[in-house]
Amino acid sequence: MTHSKSLDQLQAIAKRVRRQIVEMITTAKSGHPGGSLSAVEILVTLYFDVMRHDPKNPQWPDRDRFLLSKGHAAPVLYAVMAEAGYVPADQLNSLRKLGSIYQGHPDKRFIPALDASTGSLGQGLSLGLGMAAAARLDKSPTRVYVVLGDGEIQEGQIWEAAMFGAFHKIDNIVAIVDYNRIQLDGFVKDIMELEPLAAKWQSFGWHVIELDGHDIPALQKAFADAAKVKGKPVALIAHTVKGKGVSFMENNPKFHGQAPTAAELEVALKELA
Amino acid sequence: MPAGMKFELKTGVATREAFGKTLVELARENPDIVVCDADLSKSTMTHWFAAEFPDRFFSCGIAEADMVGIGAGLASSGKIAFVASFSCFVLNKGFEQLRVTAAYPNVNLKVVGTHSGISIGEDGPSQMSIEDTSLACSLPGFVVFSPADEVSMRALVRAAVQHVGPVFIRAGRPKVPIIYSPGQQFEMGKGITLIEGRDVTLMATGLMVSESIKAQEILENEGISARVIDIHTIKPLDASLISKAASETGAIVVSEEHLVDGGLGVRVAQVVAQTNPCVMEFVGLTDYAESGSPEDLLRKYGLVAPNIAQMARKAIARKKKNKS
Repeated sequence: MTHSKSLDQLQAIAKRVRRQIVEMITTAKSGHPGGSLSAVEILVTLYFDVMRHDPKNPQWPDRDRFLLSKGHAAPVLYAVMAEAGYVPADQLNSLRKLGSIYQGHPDKRFIPALDASTGSLGQGLSLGLGMAAAARLDKSPTRVYVVLGDGEIQEGQIWEAAMFGAFHKIDNIVAIVDYNRIQLDGFVKDIMELEPLAAKWQSFGWHVIELDGHDIPALQKAFADAAKVKGKPVALIAHTVKGKGVSFMENNPKFHGQAPTAAELEVALKELA
Repeated sequence: MPAGMKFELKTGVATREAFGKTLVELARENPDIVVCDADLSKSTMTHWFAAEFPDRFFSCGIAEADMVGIGAGLASSGKIAFVASFSCFVLNKGFEQLRVTAAYPNVNLKVVGTHSGISIGEDGPSQMSIEDTSLACSLPGFVVFSPADEVSMRALVRAAVQHVGPVFIRAGRPKVPIIYSPGQQFEMGKGITLIEGRDVTLMATGLMVSESIKAQEILENEGISARVIDIHTIKPLDASLISKAASETGAIVVSEEHLVDGGLGVRVAQVVAQTNPCVMEFVGLTDYAESGSPEDLLRKYGLVAPNIAQMARKAIARKKKNKS
């Protein structure tokens, strides 16, 4: 896939993806809108401006890999993959229903174009590092992108993986922390504080880039800068807003894992018009 | 082998050593083989691979959960990835990762757990893997190998590489008797009848195969004809061989160096119940053991030929009582 989209076009895709997210979760009557909306620009920038991939040839061995380690944000991935042409857009509203390819969490058995089945937090970074190590052995240009939740990185396995990535100098991977500061039980700082987060990743030997995770040009620049880093893995700490784009969901822990009502959907879609 | 012929049971190398050597041989033929280890390569015997193929060896540190994920990632990208550690660590600390990143997406990951059972001896229960068969068999899609000697280990490591999909191989620490001659053929999922017999079947896996052979000798001297079967593949289980043994001998003793709950015995019992119900007895562990020499431990916990023979007598007595 060649990327030649303007900023306006990328922002328009982001808006359509947001509308799809709230629609599909409302129709499903369950799901995770907040953490899907916070990651929209990250995924749109990756799929439409950064990653080397081909929806017509999803098993292309030299493609870049994408892992949504925070698998509960599946709706954003499905909506973006539909925009890219991997999966049918007209069936997105079958999310979470029996027989749907749009499972509650991403499932390779239903969507073979996925690079990983995820949903149990803390595992995507190890998996992505394994893929990156395989690409290095194969002298493949593949780069690996792993989106992590902020709450997710409370899992110990993330830090085992962080040590592995730096020790083995795996520099074809970028971990993106969707730092929306809210997890299921409330604000991250009240559940298990992560700060000083950049210093943690740095001390584990990662090159750290902090940025506004909703600023597409900033994301473009960060991914380009990440590709230039040699001998070290890169962590992007993307400061985001949980529920971004829908006023009553923004920074509201209630919408971590709750579907909007039909009336709320109407308001949301007006705001996202 | 017909009854009456004696197995020599000369001591050979440990199954972990046979694994380590075979891995290197296979890696010379197949550049896709990669190995991850968690600071136990000198014990799991992957250090030979590490020395010859340093680029394809990934030291993961003492981090089994991450190691399984790394291996699954390598396997997801086309590698034949081995992850090795003590069986109790890779299965227990890596179980959730085996579930989500290996079994669920059916990834081509090969998991090798060494130092299984209580025959590791002096290190004691925290290092003794007595739940691994149960855990590995519970994972959909996993093949579970439990070789009894160096010959079967060598063949089954090859079978694991040829099979596309997740595999668990159970290996032991001590040197073990050689049961098979070098040319023996092994087929995944097919048990091997080592000795024919009519009165009772001694079914075993791993270290308990040689003990079952010794038990057969004890029984033969008493005029009891015991069949001995090696179940080297615990999953998928050889249902036809098991149901045949059930119908032809009417009594089965299953022996394993593992907890009776959830091990080979209950899996065999499931097949027996579904095909030809017969009398069954179980030799295995019911609780955590303790430190001691392997020989002392195996004797104390009943994982030896005299106890297997005793269970066989008990099974035969029950069979006769049921008939009368």
